[in-house]
Amino acid sequence: MSTFNNTKYMEGMKQSVIVSTWFMFLTFPIMVIRVNTIENIIEWRWMNMFYVGAGSFILSFVWRYLSGRSISGRKENINAQGGHISFLQRLVSEKRLSLPALGVVAVIALFFPFISSIYQTNIMTTALMYVVLGLGLNIVVGQAGLLNLGYVAFYAAGAYTYALLYHHFGVGFWLALPLGALAATILGILLALPVLRLQGDYLAIVTLGFGEITRLVLENWNEFSFGPSGISGIPRPGLFGMEMGMHEATVYLYFLMILLCIVTIFVVNRLQDSRIGRALLALREDEIACQAMGINKTRVKLTAFALGSTWAGLVGVFFAAKTTFVNPASFTFLESAMILSIVVLGGTGSIIGIIIGALLLILLPEYLRAFSDYRMLLFGVIMVIMMIFRPQGIVEGVRRTYEFHAEENKKEI
Amino acid sequence: MNTILEARKLSMNFGGLKALDRVDIAVLPGQITALIGPNGAGKTTFFNCITGIYSPTEGDIFITPPGGRQKRITGINIHKVTESGVARTFQNIRIFPEMTVLENVMIGRHCRTNSGVLGAILRDKGTMKEEKAIVARSYEILKKIGLTEHVNLLARNLPYGAQRRLEIARALATDPFLLLLDEPAAGMNPQETKDLEALIISIRDEWEISVFLIEHDMRLVMGLSDSVYVMDYGEMIARGTPQEIRQNPGVIKAYLGEDVSA
Repeated sequence: MSTFNNTKYMEGMKQSVIVSTWFMFLTFPIMVIRVNTIENIIEWRWMNMFYVGAGSFILSFVWRYLSGRSISGRKENINAQGGHISFLQRLVSEKRLSLPALGVVAVIALFFPFISSIYQTNIMTTALMYVVLGLGLNIVVGQAGLLNLGYVAFYAAGAYTYALLYHHFGVGFWLALPLGALAATILGILLALPVLRLQGDYLAIVTLGFGEITRLVLENWNEFSFGPSGISGIPRPGLFGMEMGMHEATVYLYFLMILLCIVTIFVVNRLQDSRIGRALLALREDEIACQAMGINKTRVKLTAFALGSTWAGLVGVFFAAKTTFVNPASFTFLESAMILSIVVLGGTGSIIGIIIGALLLILLPEYLRAFSDYRMLLFGVIMVIMMIFRPQGIVEGVRRTYEFHAEENKKEI
Repeated sequence: MNTILEARKLSMNFGGLKALDRVDIAVLPGQITALIGPNGAGKTTFFNCITGIYSPTEGDIFITPPGGRQKRITGINIHKVTESGVARTFQNIRIFPEMTVLENVMIGRHCRTNSGVLGAILRDKGTMKEEKAIVARSYEILKKIGLTEHVNLLARNLPYGAQRRLEIARALATDPFLLLLDEPAAGMNPQETKDLEALIISIRDEWEISVFLIEHDMRLVMGLSDSVYVMDYGEMIARGTPQEIRQNPGVIKAYLGEDVSA
């Protein structure tokens, strides 16, 4: 703490007082003055001014304190790649730590539905769905660097595939699962084809439009998708034809979702360090250089979109089965933005980061229902703070390292 | 004569600007060929035409792999050019900054390997064998280039000179028979330039890869090249051995201007 001495405290105090005064002034019209139109009087809520002042003072001071600390110190823990290593990264990379941690997580996951209510199990299932969605979008955005703002379209494709197949042909959950994934994959490739030449902002806008078009089609093409009223009565997944009550079905779906999560993590993890995974990264890093290395840009882009949207399709089928009802209102742009936030907040390219990001972003709002009025405000504040202090996300993606011994080749693979 | 790269009457127009005007070049196998010229002469444009980044307005490009047959590569895709055995580096370094040094080189093996998504997920025997071979070969290349102490470092953390070497290593990993170097010595200090010179010579002699380079460092070019081409305003104004080029009045004029007397 030697670098953050008394003069710096005083300086920080002074700056924070200025900041809080400024905030009190800025928020004065909306936070303090309220015109009561019924009794035609003006209410002066001076307490609010105090809250704003005190809050912004504390935040500003903590901010200064933290940024002062991050500039000094923290020289230790530099890894082989020349970057810092966080506790979470060590937790994942060191077997000594990762195995017990994995055990704890497994036990919690296993007993969670039995120690909590249906309501909570339901929320957890939703959170797990977003874990898979986040990991899927990460393939496109985090690894291949293709900003996709219409990811929800693939999610919708999966959900509607199950809903429509059930409605018309009585197809069950287990058959709909691969078909939903297939539908989303095909849709992914169909979207990828026209946008092959686009990059960055242009790609983002086109995918955004694609997502909205999909939703509008579902909303307006009554003969096909039954419009805004959607499709209801979709059955939950069965288990060898057993009849299940509401409670059992919820728990069952929870475990299926856990299973899908494990499969996703397994696959995504293996893809990351494969020939294809590296090609995706190279595409993100430098498109021209990537092609000059003999990588077929077209094929890699198509692969990225196809791989990413497959997961959304799978989760879509789960979604339809969980809510037993689909309509276009579930697939708005906000949903795409939410999934993207999970990827960015958690850490692009980091599996553990995205899992944490999804759990935080989905579970926190549920458990903070008391503050539901300020939820979006809080959400915004967290995003802003994260982008300032940790633009790389909660957990930074770390590239795999290889060990070589003198004249030997690689040791571990 | 037996060429490995041949450009015939190659022209490239950007709107009204003639960046290349009926350029003829023949690169011979086993040689180091240099392309020089004042800034804006069209040298990089020429490289971009060969490697498929631009497709030329007119003219043809042929390559002849050693022991292979002549092949027309005019206007084909960038990755196809690399697959055919012509690799390149860039004037402004284009490594993959957020990947490790080893991974940068491993990317170079992409076009010589073929495991796909399913292989990545299942990690079957063939895939694992291929993956091991990729790592082994990449490490071997890094060893020859002298970057083994940094294998796991993110490429962006490499010093400048090493980044240039990494770009060459990455290009070599694609198993080329012809290596195009676009100003490899730009921004290097005298010691780094010397090391680079040795490296380029070893690429020709030990790796048996022909080198075609653009360079502004005349000492390097004159000391290194077997033959030199000179370009000015999109036209080829001279060709010959370094000795001949040094005495060519047209070249001196292009570099120093019209009115140089004596």
